[in-house]
Amino acid sequence: MAIRRGRGVAAINYPTGMNLGGDPTQALVHSTPTGNFMVTLSSVDLGQGMKQIMAQICAEMIGVPTDRVIIDTADTDTGPHCMGTFASRGTHRAGNAVIQAAKEARQVMLEVAAEELEVNASDLETDGQGNIQVKGAPQKSISIFDVALSAHFKRGRSISGRGMFLIPRSYPEKETGAMKPSTCYAHACTVAEVEVDDETGEVTVLTVKNVFEIGRALNPKMVEQQLVGGSWMGISHALYETTEPYYPNRDHGGTDFNQYLMPGPGDLAETEIIVLERPSADGPFGAKGPGEMCANPQIPAVANAVFDAVGVRIDTLPITPERILRALKAQAAG
Amino acid sequence: MAKVPVQFTLNGSEKAEFIESGTTLLHALRDKIGDTSPKGGCHQGTCGACSVIIDGELRLSCLTLAETCSGADIKTTAGLAEGGVLHPLQRAFLDAFATQCGFCTPGMIMAAKVLLDRTPNPSREDVVEALSGNICRCTGYEPIVQAVLTAARANSQNAA
Ligand code: FES
Ligand code: FES
Repeated sequence: MAIRRGRGVAAINYPTGMNLGGDPTQALVHSTPTGNFMVTLSSVDLGQGMKQIMAQICAEMIGVPTDRVIIDTADTDTGPHCMGTFASRGTHRAGNAVIQAAKEARQVMLEVAAEELEVNASDLETDGQGNIQVKGAPQKSISIFDVALSAHFKRGRSISGRGMFLIPRSYPEKETGAMKPSTCYAHACTVAEVEVDDETGEVTVLTVKNVFEIGRALNPKMVEQQLVGGSWMGISHALYETTEPYYPNRDHGGTDFNQYLMPGPGDLAETEIIVLERPSADGPFGAKGPGEMCANPQIPAVANAVFDAVGVRIDTLPITPERILRALKAQAAG
Repeated sequence: MAKVPVQFTLNGSEKAEFIESGTTLLHALRDKIGDTSPKGGCHQGTCGACSVIIDGELRLSCLTLAETCSGADIKTTAGLAEGGVLHPLQRAFLDAFATQCGFCTPGMIMAAKVLLDRTPNPSREDVVEALSGNICRCTGYEPIVQAVLTAARANSQNAA
């Protein structure tokens, strides 16, 4: 009886969004009279930071600082249609919709500015700080605040835009079954090191080293935050969490936090995160969906590490001490 | 059920309410007084999201009857910022990206505050121990541990 060490590797690719009956998200953008910009969505920010990312995208497109953008989300009664925040689709689908809506709003904004400055709209550019200026002659400029006032009170125009992003449904080919379930994929690879006590079946994850390829990181700190939390959650899924420990039998399923196990701050593996950025062809500014995939590769990596340590393949999650001991017993019985 | 009067200090101001006997402090704070900073995650003492500080001790407000708090000095995360300036713990949580959905955050900050009030220069083990009654779904804990250690360093620099 001994503590045995093992190391496991796993790599995954993970689709951004799903191939539903067509996968749409819509967005509306309009300016307030003071030149702030309102983005209306029904997509939900559930802590992953969608509001921040959509504000960045809109700000970048319109040419204003991020704090001039207000995001209104999550009212599916009144907001433009969104399929929802799931399948790591939020940034990709809603981001593309916001880009399109902001482009249209920006065009109206430039037209109003052109009238005020008595130039051609195509000769105008934004400085990113909330001003519109003539290309090559930045002294000839007008603030977006003044443009919005003019649009609202003088020119009777609505600085607004509509955005629509749709991934059409992909049907399988009759002959081969081939289809296109997604238009872009994120990737990850994890190396996990574990210790397995072959007497108690207990697994301790010592280190997890993760590389994530996530397209363009639109907000690198928030991406890192997501990946750190996700890596921990992957280990939690590998070793601890389940509502049905004897699935499909529902017996002994945890019904509260006393019974539903999750690792706490004392159970943290040494974690390393490396981000690779390979911009996607159809994502907003090259983004993909890093959300859910970041909790995936740890699971097969831990299963492989357990195999490396004690020579048994556990193919049912979570990899509990009970499952390991039963497998060791079966192995010993030959 | 008969209503009973309770009177306590919440974040420095006097509060008086008539509550139904058996009301939890969590319910009284959120639904009677309107301080929604303590969160109800489990209502059974297993998640820590409802943590508050009562007379200097970390307490689970979901397991504390409001009527037992008469005369107590209660502190919640809502009372930490002073004059619009965030408490060093709040600042550190923001800077360390130690909050995602934010549901655990007020409880984490209360637990951390009691730790730092008693142990201004905690070790990593001290921090882990202090947070061990609080569940977080999102962050993986490491950013929270780092935030508490950073706040402790900021405090001791200010004190020096
Ligand atoms: S709500 Fe009090 S511990 Fe969970
Ligand atoms: S930040 Fe979501 S539970 Fe901790």
